[in-house]
Amino acid sequence: MSITVYVPCDSSAVSLGADLVATAIAQIAAKRGLDIKLVRNGSRGMFWLEPLIEVATSKGRVAYGPIQPDDVPGLFDADFTQGGAHALCLGLTEELAYFKKQQRLTFARIGKTDPISLPDYVENSGYRGLKNALSMTQADIVKAVTDSGLRGRGGAAFPTGIKWNTVLNTASPQKYIICNADEGDSGTFSDRMVMEGDPFVLIEGMTIAGLAVDATQGYIYLRIEYPHAYEVLNAAIATAYQAGYLGDNIQGSGLTFNLEVRLGAGAYVCGEETSLMESLEGKRGLVRFKPPLPAISGLFGQPTVVNNVISLASVPVILDKGGDYYRDFGMGRSRGTLPVQLAGNIKRPGLVELGFGLTLRELLYDFGGGAASGRPIRAVQVGGPLGAYLPESQFDTPLDYEAFAAIWAVVGHGGIVVFDDTVNMAEMARYSMEFCKIESCGKCTPCRIGSTRGVEVMDDIINGRNLDKNIPLLRDLCDTLLNGSLCALGGMTPYPVLSALNHFPEDFGINA
Amino acid sequence: MTESGTTQPTVQEIIAALKDKPGALLPILHGIQDTLGYIPADCVPDIAAELSLSRAEVHGVISFYHYFRDTPPGKQTIHLCRAESCQAMGGRQLEEHVKAKLGIDFHETTADGKFSLEPVYCLGNCACSPAMQIGKAIYGRVSADSFDATITTEASA
Repeated sequence: MSITVYVPCDSSAVSLGADLVATAIAQIAAKRGLDIKLVRNGSRGMFWLEPLIEVATSKGRVAYGPIQPDDVPGLFDADFTQGGAHALCLGLTEELAYFKKQQRLTFARIGKTDPISLPDYVENSGYRGLKNALSMTQADIVKAVTDSGLRGRGGAAFPTGIKWNTVLNTASPQKYIICNADEGDSGTFSDRMVMEGDPFVLIEGMTIAGLAVDATQGYIYLRIEYPHAYEVLNAAIATAYQAGYLGDNIQGSGLTFNLEVRLGAGAYVCGEETSLMESLEGKRGLVRFKPPLPAISGLFGQPTVVNNVISLASVPVILDKGGDYYRDFGMGRSRGTLPVQLAGNIKRPGLVELGFGLTLRELLYDFGGGAASGRPIRAVQVGGPLGAYLPESQFDTPLDYEAFAAIWAVVGHGGIVVFDDTVNMAEMARYSMEFCKIESCGKCTPCRIGSTRGVEVMDDIINGRNLDKNIPLLRDLCDTLLNGSLCALGGMTPYPVLSALNHFPEDFGINA
Repeated sequence: MTESGTTQPTVQEIIAALKDKPGALLPILHGIQDTLGYIPADCVPDIAAELSLSRAEVHGVISFYHYFRDTPPGKQTIHLCRAESCQAMGGRQLEEHVKAKLGIDFHETTADGKFSLEPVYCLGNCACSPAMQIGKAIYGRVSADSFDATITTEASA
């Protein structure tokens, strides 16, 4: 009987040499006449151990990592295909503490299965949510999502069920489902992992959304920076069409849902939903005024659901196990799980899916193991480039939308970027203004001009020029951006800037 | 406008294949850039005519998006991440090294035409920072040494 060996195809694993490892394993197995089945799975999300390879044994899957091509002959010598002892053997994958302590709902299959294998997907609880949805009324599907308490995982945390309900109740001959896969926040990669590691869960979630609100066309707006995800999604979509999970007669129901991937072109602002729709319509990604809400007048002027990848990928488990099941995870008004991404200067970077409520400290130290450099962690930025910087004194904040709002911070898309004590926070504040300047769509003045002025003021501050005048000027400018911008790009750039200033004044030349 | 260049038949085929899609402009621009490496200015009138847009509108879209370019790139384009996670792992120092090694700044191409250098704001490889992309290949935990080794390999490829 052949032995199954897993080598991730996730682009982070590949960036560390996973393709070369896979090739080496295949070559040596052939040379030694061993019958192995090589599966390219998604990543388990323990990136300090990537490339992490696994072998199926009678006791479960045994992990080895991090593996480089040079290690492969030694692995064969150690009889790794039978789970043999080796210096890089990590034991049973699912017993690794980092993995075992997680509550994987949305990421249940990622790292276990072959991403583009529909049989793998179906054998591992896939398409059970859709099956249930096909026997439910549209109102009941929407109710299940509302009852789950799911809030938009892109960052805005708007209740998904309410959005769907608005689209359901807005009559129109054509409605759309858009998946916002323009995951541009630094420190985030959960969308990418879903699209590369379990594309069918996103396709299923979008199909359910389409059935729920009467939308027959879906678009995945994918950033150009994710070429691997593009290939995987297209392969999975083609398979789903062939198997009758997409198209004009979904599983014999007579219902229609078509799906297409569209590529962005390197504009961060297109992650803002109205800018994204402009881009999908073939225009410059200028932000639209709201109202009208996209749910009433969205893509091509039609009612449109715009949801993040993680929101949509969480729908299948909700429809499979019920809104109550999902709602029982989490705390307060933050229900369900959040796939947290630990990034930057951290010893054990990776994907940690857990119910809301864990503190930053637990994530940074228990999971993350502290800074990769071995130095003290000085600041963390949560929620991407528009998220606040948090000092050590705020590390006991639980991951919860409301708890973060109470300290003028955001959970956002769940990315956490760690900085050690060598970081200069005035430089980071300058970078935030520079990023806003580069990425501003230019429609509103506070963002377009304010970001340019912000870079100039920060340059003056960094050079110690006229601080008595320039610090108040920076605060005043941030006030204008915060209250006068059309969207979150200008409106939230003050979060990193002011949090850096308030928590780390010494970096701005101010004696604390 | 400009006379049709040698690339025009290809461009015409791309436009004809995609123009009936809803919101066809970005797919067309991607198709042209995928094929030619950039979007030559002489494509603009044809695209505009086929989509019933003004040339200004088409130009506006090309210039809005960082990814689209209207000049030929080097043989390889290096996208170096400048975002926070990579900065936390020495990205700023790496950026200086890369620019010095190649002898160019962002948005420039080396004199021998081998490499273009572009900034990118996140490759989603933040668990393996600093990151860069050359063509479609993504690299993680890039150091000055590994960068030098990579471009030596790429240059001889």
